[in-house]
Amino acid sequence: MIDGLMVGAVYGLAAMGLSLIWGVMDVINLTHGSMIALGMFAMYLLFSATALNPYLLLIPIIVIGLLLGIVVYWIAVHWVVGRSQLMSLLSTFSVNMMVIGIGTAVWSTSPYNVPFSLPGISFGAYTFTGNHIAAAVSALIIAMALELFLYNTRPGKAIRAVADNRDAAELMGISSTAVLAIAFGIGIALAFGSGALVSTLFPFTILSGSVYQLKSFVVTVLAGLGKPLGALAAGVLLGLLEGAVTPFIAVSWIPLIEFGLFVVALILFPRGIFGRATA
Amino acid sequence: MIFRRPTFWLILLLAAVFIYLPVRAGDAALREDLILVAIAIILVSNLNLMIGYTGYVNFGHIVFYGLGGYVGLYLVTARGWRLQWAALAAGVVVSLFALLFGMGILRLRGAYFALATVGILVAVSAFVSNFNPFGRSDGLYLSFDAYQPLGGAMRALWVTYYLIVGVMALSLILSLAIKRSKFGLALFAIREDEDAAVVLGINATMYKAIVYSVSAFLPAVAGALMFYKNAMIDPSIAFEYMLSIEGIVMLMLGGQGTVIGAALGATLYERLRSYLLTSPKLSNFHLVIAGAMLLLVVLFASGGLIGWLYKFVPRSREVIE
Repeated sequence: MIDGLMVGAVYGLAAMGLSLIWGVMDVINLTHGSMIALGMFAMYLLFSATALNPYLLLIPIIVIGLLLGIVVYWIAVHWVVGRSQLMSLLSTFSVNMMVIGIGTAVWSTSPYNVPFSLPGISFGAYTFTGNHIAAAVSALIIAMALELFLYNTRPGKAIRAVADNRDAAELMGISSTAVLAIAFGIGIALAFGSGALVSTLFPFTILSGSVYQLKSFVVTVLAGLGKPLGALAAGVLLGLLEGAVTPFIAVSWIPLIEFGLFVVALILFPRGIFGRATA
Repeated sequence: MIFRRPTFWLILLLAAVFIYLPVRAGDAALREDLILVAIAIILVSNLNLMIGYTGYVNFGHIVFYGLGGYVGLYLVTARGWRLQWAALAAGVVVSLFALLFGMGILRLRGAYFALATVGILVAVSAFVSNFNPFGRSDGLYLSFDAYQPLGGAMRALWVTYYLIVGVMALSLILSLAIKRSKFGLALFAIREDEDAAVVLGINATMYKAIVYSVSAFLPAVAGALMFYKNAMIDPSIAFEYMLSIEGIVMLMLGGQGTVIGAALGATLYERLRSYLLTSPKLSNFHLVIAGAMLLLVVLFASGGLIGWLYKFVPRSREVIE
């Protein structure tokens, strides 16, 4: 259950990326799952190449994610921002297909893992694995960093301005295209970071991303759009829930529960549990 | 009247070609190729009702096909029903299921709906993998005797082929009929501007739920027939996410919102896919190619092949719908 809480922090991190992109440019990023998977493989490759501490490797991985995100933005997203959602869904999805296709060709669909573990901490009868704690702490640090960036720096404020009202931001002299590209890059960087953290916890394949993508959607919808800390909190909530139900039912039922939660949340709280009541 | 539309006769011609080609040659391999194309056309033309007509992306369209296969196979194996009744029952059951779900999730707009459909696919697949009467993750198998009522396995394969081609023709005719009806007009109105449509007195939620349910019927029937022919079903082949997605690629390629475009896109893509899958060098890259194709169509030619045709030969609109 406490493990669930810590895994939840990582879900929250993944969802923050999705939520940011969704909130800022009204694009539902269907490449999210494959980007999480790429984050996992980035960690795997860097770790086997350098054997450095994985939490140190997070920094280059996040930078790679940021750059890749900006590239993807220019290839597929820039042209569909502001067009119908159908188009942006399809164009991000096509990128997803290409990434999965290339990934399958390179790594096949067999499972990989990052062979690294920290010593655990024991409290009486309970033992917490070190990796879980470290992942949760890293997720929290990244989330805090994002929050500080969005609220206390000029580019962060620009992103929020564009999310709020693109035309008005443009009139204030903000180059909205650049802001959108950076926001997309940050979103992907978060996906990379969470993928990298997940890879230290569980074995993964190139297809694993889709599971976390579904979780991210659930979390984003629970939290409401464009609220990074809300996403983190909702992620923790989802992790707790998973941890709480797994002793009683088979793991294969979990998608059903999450989906049920997703639809109920959408219908009951269209603006998210942490959302404002007004439009 | 629908009989006066040239497209109607085009559809019948297509079905006739599908029947004639393998029968003339007595060629079972050709039949197996064409059956895949026919299934693709069925899935895509019904998907078109949602995406092309109503403007709602359904990422989980394959659910209807897989669930239809399950219901059909269950009725044949466990209840000893005849194929035709089992297939019809599969269609009815899955349509009702879709109606029920549609009432719930179609209150969601646009992209939220699209996400919910992914959820439906995952959820149904998780449910079936844990559901005892459907054999959990092992699936259902058909014993050889099940083919006896149709005169043995050899004949049964041909009979199911004719039935599937029949369902294909029905799917296309259904698309055409809806396009030419007042119901279709209401769907187009929802696609163009849902708020305006509601203001003008269209009960959007109900119309969407109905078209969602209608788009479930024939794929479910086809699923029952196809999995009967294959004599086995399990969750991973019944609810293959990729197939669901490739359906969207086929539709965009051919031209969303058009009857013939759906058939054209399905045929071309399905042939391309079997070529890529069998070629040793490219088999790993068929997803990459499909993805690139989808991206190009979305960015540069959102009308697909038929959209091009309309642009260069405007009069073709009269003939090809």
